[in-house]
Amino acid sequence: MLFQQELDARHDKYERLVKLSRDITVESKRTIFLLHRITSAPDMEEILTESEIKLDGVRQKILQVAQELSGEDMHQFHRAITTGLQEYVEAVSFQHFIKTRSLISMDEINKQLIFTTEDSGKENKTPSSDAQDKQFGTWRLKVTPVDYLLGVADLTGELMRMCINSVGNGDIDTPFEVSQFLRQVYDGFSFIGNTGPYEVSKKLYTLKQSLAKVENACYALKVRGSEIPKHMLADVFSVKTEMIDQEEGIS
Amino acid sequence: MSVSEIFVELQGFLAAEQDIREASPLPPGPLPLPLPLSGWAAPPGPPPSLGLGRRGRLRGFHEHWRFVLQRLVFLAAFVVYLETETLVTREAVTEILGIEPDREKGFHLDVEDYLSGVLILASELSRLSVNSVTAGDYARPLHISTFINELDSGFRLLNLKNDSLRKRYDGLKYDVKKVEEVVYDLSIRGFNKETAAACVEK
Repeated sequence: MLFQQELDARHDKYERLVKLSRDITVESKRTIFLLHRITSAPDMEEILTESEIKLDGVRQKILQVAQELSGEDMHQFHRAITTGLQEYVEAVSFQHFIKTRSLISMDEINKQLIFTTEDSGKENKTPSSDAQDKQFGTWRLKVTPVDYLLGVADLTGELMRMCINSVGNGDIDTPFEVSQFLRQVYDGFSFIGNTGPYEVSKKLYTLKQSLAKVENACYALKVRGSEIPKHMLADVFSVKTEMIDQEEGIS
Repeated sequence: MSVSEIFVELQGFLAAEQDIREASPLPPGPLPLPLPLSGWAAPPGPPPSLGLGRRGRLRGFHEHWRFVLQRLVFLAAFVVYLETETLVTREAVTEILGIEPDREKGFHLDVEDYLSGVLILASELSRLSVNSVTAGDYARPLHISTFINELDSGFRLLNLKNDSLRKRYDGLKYDVKKVEEVVYDLSIRGFNKETAAACVEK
């Protein structure tokens, strides 16, 4: 009977974590869509501010995850939350790149996932906390290296989209900045090679394709950029993308 | 932290985790970092021998090493191409990698693995031709075009089975096409008189 209670409790916790992870995933994805709407300097500030609000919301969910996991063995429950965490890494690193043109480190991400709550009466779900904890508690969640890498790998796909969209907006700087950055990330993943688990190596193929698309965009800009009015660049580029996709489909 | 610093640190974490996991038959990373675009201005010295021959007892693991081996062939061929614009021979590759050329003597280099590495080279060269233009080097694509067409003619002499090498070979025509498009783009815009003249001759 005791076993049944323990198993049930564990399953219930797992389910709660899965739900939280799903919320984290959805809200992170929405943040990414929001960030893609940035087309020029004026709306950038506004959208970035809004994205920060959204990400704060995601972090509140992550706090709940941290509370569920306190005192528990992380490995058992990791599968429940890994998708959400990867999506969060993708969103927060996307925002960071837009602001700074650099890659956010795992440490920087984890620093934002340290929570101290003062009135933890409402949020604290751990039944066996002592009186002091009820006043003031600290929780933290550490994103694992693998979750970080998988999130960054997915980031590259979003950056590729951002690069292509920026060409259509007449932005001739962003494509080259993204290209240089993506190449560094690709080199980084190549360096890691097979050291990580299979999921990481699998991403390398897609990453290479994203990089090729971005490099081809820069090439098109360089060769044809001066002869075509900016508002027509998008058309030129979309033809080229079609050709690339067809080729990739065949090979 | 720069991107590469971040990844070097991650590599450390992952390697430590892998030590805890069971010894897997997969060949270990990391693969040597590919040369960055800026590093191509100065040709590197002769590639050091990588001493793989010492792992003679890994004969049984040849299958598992295939991916790594083909990539190493590519890297050797790439370095040799950047220095000399010629195709490295299979014998030269075995010297560079420090392995035996023949099956009998130990860890060896199959013809298939050598050819696969060469095809990877073709793919990277087509990418290089695109990036050369972006970087302002308008002469290189023409040289690459000549080289890659020679590779293509060479491969056409072979009778390939329907295996992974054949599949990889099928990709070669798209690499050839990409480089030809680059050369065409440059010549019609007069970026390079030499390129234009060569196209007219063709």
